Amino acid sequence: MSEANSMNLISALSQEELQAIDAEIAHVPYRDAVAIDALKIVQAHRGWVSDESLSAIAAHLHMSADELDGIATFYNLIYRRPVGDKVILLCNSISCWIKGCDNLQQRITEELGVELGETTSDNRYTLLPVTCLGACDKAPVMMVGDELHEDLCEESIIRILGGSTTP
Amino acid sequence: MSLTTPLTRNVRDDRRPTDMAAYEANGGYQGLRAALAQSPEDCLQVLKDSNLRGRGGAGFPTGMKWSFVPMGDKCSPGHKYLICNADEMEPGTFKDRLLLECDPHQLIEGMIVSAYTLQADVAYIFIRAEYHQATRLLQEAIAACHEKGYLGQDILGTGYQLEMHVHSSAGRYICGEETALISSLEGKRANPRAKPPFPQVSGLWGRPTIVNNVETLCNVHHIIERGAEWFKSLGLTEDAGTKLYGVSGRVKNPGCWELPMGTPVRQIIEEYAGGMEDGYNLKGFLPGGGSTDFLTEEHLDLAMDYDTIGKAGSRMGTGTMIILDDKTCPVGFVKNLVAFFARESCGFCTPCRDGLPWSAQVLDDIQNGRGQEEDMDTLARQVKFIGAIGNTHCALAPGAMEPLQSAMKYFPEAFENHLSGNCPHCNGGTH
Repeated sequence: MSEANSMNLISALSQEELQAIDAEIAHVPYRDAVAIDALKIVQAHRGWVSDESLSAIAAHLHMSADELDGIATFYNLIYRRPVGDKVILLCNSISCWIKGCDNLQQRITEELGVELGETTSDNRYTLLPVTCLGACDKAPVMMVGDELHEDLCEESIIRILGGSTTP
Repeated sequence: MSLTTPLTRNVRDDRRPTDMAAYEANGGYQGLRAALAQSPEDCLQVLKDSNLRGRGGAGFPTGMKWSFVPMGDKCSPGHKYLICNADEMEPGTFKDRLLLECDPHQLIEGMIVSAYTLQADVAYIFIRAEYHQATRLLQEAIAACHEKGYLGQDILGTGYQLEMHVHSSAGRYICGEETALISSLEGKRANPRAKPPFPQVSGLWGRPTIVNNVETLCNVHHIIERGAEWFKSLGLTEDAGTKLYGVSGRVKNPGCWELPMGTPVRQIIEEYAGGMEDGYNLKGFLPGGGSTDFLTEEHLDLAMDYDTIGKAGSRMGTGTMIILDDKTCPVGFVKNLVAFFARESCGFCTPCRDGLPWSAQVLDDIQNGRGQEEDMDTLARQVKFIGAIGNTHCALAPGAMEPLQSAMKYFPEAFENHLSGNCPHCNGGTH
């Protein structure tokens, strides 16, 4: 890739994103060591990592876009497709399963009209399963955005999700 | 009175985090001062004498693990790393969250003392992305330590220097495996590495590296400050110290408590967790997370320590028990676990990548009325080959087989019921 092309690509990132990525690069021995941090920084600004963003990050880290995509797609919390305003991370590991998370998932699907991996038509929520959230004494649990919700039941789920969907 | 619950002494009922002022007012950072007054060699000797074993699940003696790190002239010039594994994701495990959210300075003090003992100059806290509050608290605590001179170029005027960073991960259970964690911290896919070389010699970016669990590191400065004999006196059995034990499932009072190492299983379940919920009876339990073998009622009077639970055919693992009650189907239970491990395989080794989805499929067939008698032979073969240590780089696949093989041993009737279409727990084949 020519330097001009590379600069063009990188310009797809904002100054703020580049500064945050460079701050990470400052304390590691190799630029590509911050690949995951860089993906998370861009995702924090844009909600997900588009092909254009991916190519720009790769160029900035002096690695190929394919190599970076291999990393991005490995991690379940890097989103390579657009997600809703908030991501619902529903725990379906063993302690939550014992306490009926399958029924809760069914209830969310009925309420929001989405299966696991889908985004609501109003773009408010994306529903994803997640590994044990480390709150098993309060099972079943889920996260909505950055917030953890514990001791869930069908009623509280509707309140949490319905409450937030009210305009 | 001597301190009997060192790890949770700053944990409040409302789980409000302890800040620098409160931490110091309760004796905080005295362990750091005690460590800096000794040589790193002396600190390591105290740790070896204390018989501290790794609290992440494997139970390997911490002092012995650290003794393989090259020291002084034997270490080539360059960085030496200490990494805290705060990637808590083992199904049914919720102990490190308590330590991280309630007392972040305890972990940081433990890490500074550990890094000093190892003469590491860079430390990372590798924390799972979902622990937002803990990540923020740790970052604030690190900043407060710089102001106090506990971190940085010249720690408390001794000339020792240490920088500390928090790395928020991007998901995947396998990152909790120490060599996978190192790969991930290097910015790569989290594939575990073959050992040797061991991380102590060639870890992060090829440099000497120690990876320890949150709970392990939280113990270190207490041991240096109060001594090996004090630590050994805390345990009820041969294993030393206290342990964060947890219980989840259909018990009256699920939770996590710091108790003497070796507290009997029955006491943890009946006294602390309040016994079974009304209408439910105990059928079995996983002693320490989703990758440990089932034990049953006959094991309730065993001491919860590494050796005792190991001799009973399971592992103490993380010490957080998951209860199987008599109204939950054991086949559904293990299918949930095996499907979890199949999803979380990094995909590098064939027995894990291809074997675990196969096991999950066979269990799904059995659970949903499509099973055949010969499926039990298939599962037995899978347990033998996928469960064998050495067929894969890491312990994920063998760990996945532990609940399955022990469910087949202790609850054969549950599988038979499904094969004959008569499971009393499953309605139409689902939980």
